[in-house]
Amino acid sequence: MENISQPVVKKDHEAKMAGRSVYVGDYENDGVLVGKMLRSKLARARLSDVNIPPLPNGYFYVDKSDVPGDNHVNIVMDDTPVYARETVEYIGEPIGMVVGPEEAVVDRILGEIQVSYEELEPVLDLGNADTVFFDYEYGKGNMEKAFAEADKIYEEEFTTGYQDQTYLETQGMMAEPEENGTMFIHGSLQCAYYVHGAVMRVLGCGPDQVHIKQDVTGGGFGGKEAFPSILGCQVAVAAKKAGAPVRCIFDRREDLEFTSKRHPSLCKYKVAVKNGKVTAMDIDVKFNSGAYTTLSAVVLQRGIICSNGIYNIENLHVRGRALKTNTTPNGAYRGFGAPQTFFAVEMMMDHIAMDLGIDSLEFKEKHIVKQGDSTSTSGKYHFPVPIPSMIEEIDQECDYRRKRREYAKPQTGRYRRGIGISMHFHGAGFTGSGERDIIKAVCKLHKYPDGTVEILASNGEIGQGLRTTFPKIVARELNLPLDKVYYDHPDTARVPDSGPTVASRSLMVVGELLRRCAIKLRTQWKDGEDQMVEERFKEPDFVIPFYLDKFQGDAYPTYAWGVNALEVEVDTYTGLTKILGAYGNFDVGTPIDYNIVMGQMEGGFLQGIGYASTEYMDYDQKGRIRNNSFSDYLIPTSADVTNLSCMLHVEKYPDGPYGAKGAGELPLVGVPAAYVEAVEQALGHGVKLNRAPFTAEDTMKVIMKEGL
Amino acid sequence: MEAINFLLNGEETAYDGSAADRLLDVLRDSFRMTSVKCGCKEGECGACSVLMNGILVNSCCVAMGAAEGANIVTLEGFRKTERFAVLNKAFAATSAVQCGFCIPGMVMAAEALLSKIPNPKDSQIREGLSGNLCRCTGYNAIVNAIHIAAKEGNGLW
Repeated sequence: MENISQPVVKKDHEAKMAGRSVYVGDYENDGVLVGKMLRSKLARARLSDVNIPPLPNGYFYVDKSDVPGDNHVNIVMDDTPVYARETVEYIGEPIGMVVGPEEAVVDRILGEIQVSYEELEPVLDLGNADTVFFDYEYGKGNMEKAFAEADKIYEEEFTTGYQDQTYLETQGMMAEPEENGTMFIHGSLQCAYYVHGAVMRVLGCGPDQVHIKQDVTGGGFGGKEAFPSILGCQVAVAAKKAGAPVRCIFDRREDLEFTSKRHPSLCKYKVAVKNGKVTAMDIDVKFNSGAYTTLSAVVLQRGIICSNGIYNIENLHVRGRALKTNTTPNGAYRGFGAPQTFFAVEMMMDHIAMDLGIDSLEFKEKHIVKQGDSTSTSGKYHFPVPIPSMIEEIDQECDYRRKRREYAKPQTGRYRRGIGISMHFHGAGFTGSGERDIIKAVCKLHKYPDGTVEILASNGEIGQGLRTTFPKIVARELNLPLDKVYYDHPDTARVPDSGPTVASRSLMVVGELLRRCAIKLRTQWKDGEDQMVEERFKEPDFVIPFYLDKFQGDAYPTYAWGVNALEVEVDTYTGLTKILGAYGNFDVGTPIDYNIVMGQMEGGFLQGIGYASTEYMDYDQKGRIRNNSFSDYLIPTSADVTNLSCMLHVEKYPDGPYGAKGAGELPLVGVPAAYVEAVEQALGHGVKLNRAPFTAEDTMKVIMKEGL
Repeated sequence: MEAINFLLNGEETAYDGSAADRLLDVLRDSFRMTSVKCGCKEGECGACSVLMNGILVNSCCVAMGAAEGANIVTLEGFRKTERFAVLNKAFAATSAVQCGFCIPGMVMAAEALLSKIPNPKDSQIREGLSGNLCRCTGYNAIVNAIHIAAKEGNGLW
C-alpha cells in the first residue's frame, strides 16, 4: 500500500465519537426562535387566502411578502420560490413559516391558520406529464442503416423509483442577524457558496452582508446539495423579519415527504443486433422532476450521457426529458441520474443475451469500451479501462462464472438461487466544461508563523473524510506531521469558493489544487512568517472541449470504474430475498486513505442494495408521499446484508492527487442491475425483470403470475 | 406534581416538567445532553439510544414518568469509562465514524451488547446493532470495531 493510502485516525473522530460535535440542532436554545413551515395540503391550487390568527407577542408569520429581494431561489434555474407565489405546485410546498420561542405555541398557531385554496387538477404521473422542463438530444453514427441491417430489434421499458437520501440528521438550518447588520446562516449543508449566492439574492444584499458556515453535518449524499439553499433562504427571511435567530429543523416525516430525492425514471430502449452484437441503441429517457426544476437539468445530463453504459455503441441516439409533475421536487442523490440509466442499459443487455441464448456477462464483454474508444458524446476514453481485469478479480472472489452456470439450471423447491453482475463507470467532476466555465475553483493555504497550515476551501466534510484527506495531501507535500495541517468546516467569510461538495469532485479536483498549493508553499516557505498561497482550477490539456448544445466532447476527463456481483436466495413462499453475497470491485484510483475509501465503497454499495431491493417510495392518489417513516421506507440495517465485501482495483489518474479519482458516488451506481439480474436468475423460467427497486411484493407478483 | 427523580450519569437529578415529556427532549433541552441525537422521534433509528437500568432504549419512546427512579446513562457519562476508551480506539482503527450522527447511539448499543455478550459472534453484533441505523458506513467498519473492542477489552465486559 502506498504511504498516502495508509489509514490514519480521522481528524473528526474524537469529537464525533464522544458526542461532542455540535450539529445545528445542538446549539443552545436561548433566544433562538423555532421556525416551522405552513405547507400546502394540495398538489396544485391557487392560493385564495391565508387567514392568520392573532399572534402572541414574539411570534411571527413569514411569507413571500416578507422577502426583501427576489422570491426566487438560485439553484440551476430560479423557478423555486422561497415561499409559495400565487399557486402551490405540490403537497408540502412551503406557503409560510411560523416562528416564535415555544415550539408548542408555534404548532398551535400552525393548526389555527386557515388556508383557502382554489383547487386545480394536478399532474401526478410521469406518463401523463406534459410540461417539459428540459429536453436534450444527441447521437452519432447512422441509426437508419444500423436498424435497417439489424438481424433483430429489441424494445423494452425500464422504470426506477424514488430513493431518499435518508441522512441520519434531517435537514436543518439556522439564521442569525449579526450586530453589524450582516446575516449569518449556518447548518447542515454540502455547498456553502450555493447557499451564499441564493441568500444574497433573496435578501437583496451584497456578498459581504451575508455569510454561510457549514456546521457538522450528519450525512448528505446529495440531499444537502441544493435543498439547504431553499431552507437557508427561508430561515434568513424569517430571521430578518423577527430580528432574532431562527432555526428550522425538519422532523423525519417532513424530511421524507418534502425534501428532494432521486428522480424516478422511465427509460425506453430500442436496440439493433447484428451477428450477435449490438450495433445501435435508440434511447428515450424520462425523469420525473417534480414541481420545480432544482437540479433536474444536470441530473438528466449525467443520466443520458451514460445511458449506453460501458459499451462501445457506434450508432447511438439518445433523447432525455425532465418533466414536471405536481409532486415533491427531486434533486441530487449519489449517482446523480446515472443509477437510473445504468440500470436500464444493464438489464437491456441482460435481456438481449437471454434471448440470444448466451450468458449475460459473455454478451456484455463483447461490447466493453477500451482505452482510445469514443465515448457516447464522441469524446475519448483517454485512460486504460480496467473492467476486464476487475471482472476476473470478482470472479476469483466469488466464483461468479461457476455459480452463474449452476444457478441457470432449472430450480425447484422453496428456495432458489441466482447471481447477477453489472458494470459501470462514474465520471468525476462536473459534467462537460462545468469545472472550467462555471465553478472555477480557487483554494488557499494559510501558513501561520508557528508553522501550522490551515486549508481554506469551501468543500464540506459530510462523513466522506475531507477534514482528514485534504490535510493528508497537504501534509505530505509539505513534509509536515498531520497534526500541523488542519481543515475546518467552511465559512464563506473566511474561505474562497473552491466549488460545491458534489459530483465526487472534492478529492480529485480540489485535492489536486491543494496539492499544487502545497508545492507552491513549499517553494516559498519562510520559517516564522505568515504566508498565504492560492491556486486556481486549470483544465487538463488532454480534455476534448465539451459542447453542451451538441452533447459533444469529453463529458468527463476520466472515469472511476465498478463491477458488482450479487448472489441471492429467493424464498418463493414469501417473496423475500436473502443476500448470500455482495461483492464490489471499485477503481477510484489511488485511495488517499484506505479505510476512508473502503468506508465510502461499503456505505455506497449498501445504499445501492437498498435502492435495488427494499427502498420503495410512492405517493397516493392526491400526490402525497406515503412512505414517510423508517417503518415504511426501509433502509438496510446491520442485520440485512451480513456479507458485503469490497475490494479496490487501482488505475491511477495522472491529474488527480497521487493518482486519485472521484470516489463517493461510484459504489451505488451499478448495484440495482446486479441485484435484479440475480433475482431474475433465481426466478428462472425466462422471466425478464425491468424495474427497481424489486421488492418482495414484486417478486410475489411474478411468482403468482408465472406460476413458479 | 412532584419532581421526577432519577440518576443521570451517576448523579441524582430532578425534573420538574410533565411526566408525559419525552426523555429525549428532556435530556437534550433541560440537561443539555446533546450527544443524544434525534433522528426520527418514533423509535426506529436508534440515534437517541441511552441506557436505562442497563438496558438499551430509544429515549424518544420513553415518557419521563417511566424514568422515575431509573438509572439513565448517556454517552456524556459513558465516555468517562475505560470501556469507552477501548471502543474509541477500536472505532478509530477501523475509521467507523463518518458523519457521526448515529455514533453516540451506536456506542451505547455496543456497550449494551458487550455487557450482555462479552465475546459476540458476527451475527450477534449485527443483531445487537440492528436497531441503530447508519446510512454512511454499510456497517462493516462498525462491526469490525466491536470485534476489536471485544478482544482488546478482554475482561472489561
